[in-house]
Amino acid sequence: MASILCPDVPSPGFGFENCRRNALLENKGLAFPKAQKTGTTIVGITFKDGVILGADTRATEDTTVADKNSEKIHYLAPNMYCCGAGTAADTEMTTQMISSQLELHKLNTNRIARVCTANMMLKQYLFRYQGYIGAALILGGVDTEGSHLYMIYPHGSSDKLPYVTMGSGSLAAIAVFESRWRKDMDEEEGKQLVRDAIAAGIFNDLGSGSNVDLCIIKKGEVDYRRTYEEANKKGIKQGNYKYPKGATNILSTKVVEVEDVMVTRIEPERMDTA
Amino acid sequence: MSMIERPYYSDYSSAPIQHQFSPYADNGGSVVAIAGDDFAVIAADTRLSAGFSIYTREQNKLFPLSDGTILGCAGCWCDTLTLTRILKSRMQMYQHEHNKTMSTTACAQMLSTLLYYKRFFPYYISNVMVGFDTEGKGCVYSYDPIGHCEKTNYKAGGSAGALLQPLLDNQIAHTNLDKVPKEPLTLEKALALLKDVFISAAERDIYTGDKVLINIITKDGIKEEAFDLRKD
Repeated sequence: MASILCPDVPSPGFGFENCRRNALLENKGLAFPKAQKTGTTIVGITFKDGVILGADTRATEDTTVADKNSEKIHYLAPNMYCCGAGTAADTEMTTQMISSQLELHKLNTNRIARVCTANMMLKQYLFRYQGYIGAALILGGVDTEGSHLYMIYPHGSSDKLPYVTMGSGSLAAIAVFESRWRKDMDEEEGKQLVRDAIAAGIFNDLGSGSNVDLCIIKKGEVDYRRTYEEANKKGIKQGNYKYPKGATNILSTKVVEVEDVMVTRIEPERMDTA
Repeated sequence: MSMIERPYYSDYSSAPIQHQFSPYADNGGSVVAIAGDDFAVIAADTRLSAGFSIYTREQNKLFPLSDGTILGCAGCWCDTLTLTRILKSRMQMYQHEHNKTMSTTACAQMLSTLLYYKRFFPYYISNVMVGFDTEGKGCVYSYDPIGHCEKTNYKAGGSAGALLQPLLDNQIAHTNLDKVPKEPLTLEKALALLKDVFISAAERDIYTGDKVLINIITKDGIKEEAFDLRKD
């Protein structure tokens, strides 16, 4: 029995106790606040030796830029990375959770996790929440079966394709791929193509901006290029904005004499990692 | 079997949702104006956008009404086109009727009247006007969409207006600053500040960017300048 002294242990996972009430209120005409979505350009291609993932680095809250250098290529496993678009918190938490499950899977099976496994785990998780977890993902990696690239929608459907784009800049980016992607490109060509696709999103989509991040995954080798290119340089300040000393208003001053100071040194203890 | 009584909340009436056509568009853009004793500058970015897309990267949003008066507009671009067309013809009618050019103060009053005439179907524009007042000093007039007019020395309007106005308050009016000498604002300082605030606006406002066009009014007439911003 629950009491104030001994409360019930809350059930794990999300709380849904307000959903029915909220649905009723919404039906009656109450306007609810919308969750913050981030405009994004994320892309991925397969090339001769593996896959290349790319992302811009702008995160927005409505019409203001919330983060000018946000990291959208998330780690899943040593041989797998995942780009995230949509609700920032959802992409971050979903990839973190699947990443930890993949690590456990690897330890249980004593094998490198396969990309199709990660795809299944992600889509089954997203389908369970019927699109309410707003994560649009591009999953790329190399395993024993070769290199694989998936796109996963927030509702839980997925596609396995040779080149993909997602986010608000997906149309600008796919235009670049449709005209220039070829089978078995070499790494330099592939990097240039992904850069150009992200740049198309950065310049033509207002929800995307700032820098280009790249992640090149090959068999047994990952090259994560955070800030592969700074697509936009910040303007140079013309004026001087140093305040003269005393510009801040001091309302009152009080001086307290400090006496009898004792210094004790505490030796730090190493954390037990056994 | 009885029906379950439901409480009645008057605030949440179950009236059917009405779908209607929205006659307005928000095309973004920012306008900043600064006036000193012997000059007035006004600047606007050149990006015209809607939603997440850019219509053009080079749209001039500054409208010279006469040799000594300039209007800057940001907001609904189709309203801007209509309003400036009406203003232009009114300037011409005044010229023909009175055989002289309208003063900045008269322009400011006329704009207020034109905006209030559309009180219940307003032009969705942030208007900022610059020129010289009756004493011959630089001045800025800023408006709300339905015709309220305020005479100031500096104003930031449009999509980044709320971002920039506090910065101008601090740097020009020195609000809440002690021991900062009150020197008259020079044209050089105003131009540097103008460019810097647009650099900052382009960093954080997605509707401000590409380029800034600056118009400088002095006793010698209007001078134009351009300045590049980030294009993402």
